[in-house]
Amino acid sequence: MSTRGPLHAVAMHAVAKPVLHLLCLLPLAWLVYAAAADGLGANPAEALIRSLGDWTLRLLCLTLAVTPLRVLLGLPALARFRRMLGVYAFVYAALHLLAYAWFDMGLDAGEIARDVAKRPFILVGMCAFTLMLALAATSFNRAIRWLGGRRWQRLHRSVYLIALLALLHFFWMRAGKNDFAEVFVYAAIVAVLLLARVVLFLGHRLQVGKLSTR
Amino acid sequence: MHIPNRHNGFDHPRASEITPRPVYEERRALLRLLAAGAGGAALAAWAGREALAQQGRPGRLAALPGARSAVAGAVTMEKLTDYKDASSYNNYYEFGTDKSDPARNAHTLKTRPWTVEVEGLVARPRRFDIDELLKLSPQEDRIYRLRCVEGWSMVIPWVGYSLAELIRRVQPLGSAKYVEFVTLADKSVMPGVGSRILDWPYTEGLRLDEAMHPLTLLAFGMYGEVLPGQNGAPVRIVVPWKYGFKSAKSIVKIRFTEHEPATAWNKAARNEYGFYSNVNPDVDHPRWSQATERRIGEGGLFAKRRKTELFNGYETQVGQLYAGMDLRKNY
Repeated sequence: MSTRGPLHAVAMHAVAKPVLHLLCLLPLAWLVYAAAADGLGANPAEALIRSLGDWTLRLLCLTLAVTPLRVLLGLPALARFRRMLGVYAFVYAALHLLAYAWFDMGLDAGEIARDVAKRPFILVGMCAFTLMLALAATSFNRAIRWLGGRRWQRLHRSVYLIALLALLHFFWMRAGKNDFAEVFVYAAIVAVLLLARVVLFLGHRLQVGKLSTR
Repeated sequence: MHIPNRHNGFDHPRASEITPRPVYEERRALLRLLAAGAGGAALAAWAGREALAQQGRPGRLAALPGARSAVAGAVTMEKLTDYKDASSYNNYYEFGTDKSDPARNAHTLKTRPWTVEVEGLVARPRRFDIDELLKLSPQEDRIYRLRCVEGWSMVIPWVGYSLAELIRRVQPLGSAKYVEFVTLADKSVMPGVGSRILDWPYTEGLRLDEAMHPLTLLAFGMYGEVLPGQNGAPVRIVVPWKYGFKSAKSIVKIRFTEHEPATAWNKAARNEYGFYSNVNPDVDHPRWSQATERRIGEGGLFAKRRKTELFNGYETQVGQLYAGMDLRKNY
């Protein structure tokens, strides 16, 4: 195992986490700056809502990439970034929802409710967000003790469902224009990341099987 | 409760003297129509000219001056959208699907030489050279609202003349009921034409009476200059009471037909984009409401969306075209 390699040293370094925090906040900082400096184009509300959605999806992909990368690179230290990336995905999702509620719906609860009822892709997005909220709310150490490790893990496996709902939300949003190029890129990434888990799971089973039969 | 009778000295009209409500309302509607049509048009034209004069022209492309349009409803008084926004936020899928793609890619569009073929059910089919078309009828300034099916809107000063001017010269036959517009699909300059998002070339269509309506504009310019590529140079249609995609860009062919032509977006998603596609706040897109819109460049991020008007506010001018039609069915 290469657990003591240079990559391991980088991942375990004291500044690794602060640096990652900064990296995760960078897109948000840029969006705030662009919004203030009139740099979001002709339709700033639309640009802001869509960018926040894009970053939610990107951070979800990164979160899902941690485990396969950890195994592939033989770098268990990566696991310590997983929860943090997940929480940032939630932060961007929450801002995405807030921007939609504010700029598109004028913070009118009735309008939002009507919109959710009328537009399946909004409903799907809301479902994904509700699940993310549950995961974010149980993302601290004490929650693991409260729920018990096994139940906590089962709950947090819903990140797979979240990723699929987020993809469906994106797909449906673009469906009116038949413009799926970007959707397919994200779908391919999510597919690879989920498939990696299947492979890992089967590999694990195979190993366990070998051990028990021999 | 007892209500005392106080008929002391009051003259009450006899029932026969009271104007029936429908008649009364009809008169009010007529007055409103007159006010909007006559007073409104004069005032709007004046204010519109002021707006244009204040704006100046962007100075990026060749000037294309027009005279004040006398067509009713042709000049709205609203604040113009900035040229920067109108020429950088575009749907023109031949040049890419992102709003910023057309402005980036459309410089490759060559607008000379350019011809427009007029064919089908007309007595005098012919091919027009773009320079011939430019001089066919005097150019007019018109300021139209533009409402996109995606829920945003702009106010754009166009330069052109009524499409009817062209139609009259080619003399449609009695059997001609529709007009089809075919737009350029040149793979060598349009990167989007390789995609399978739509059936290329992009086609659109109007009923002949819609095409003949004086508000239907054959546009060659905007903001006092010739059209930029991303806005449909060198010649496009503008139909202000319909969603933006009905207004075909960079037209190469105009065909007169007996049957409703197949249109690009209708072919791509029949249940979402109808043939008529009149702006209508009461008929939602299957996946979003059309009740409101965001005016581009208005008040920044926190501006409230505005209410969308039936026929994009041109009901006075075009409402009669759809008398007796079910606009929910014929969306």
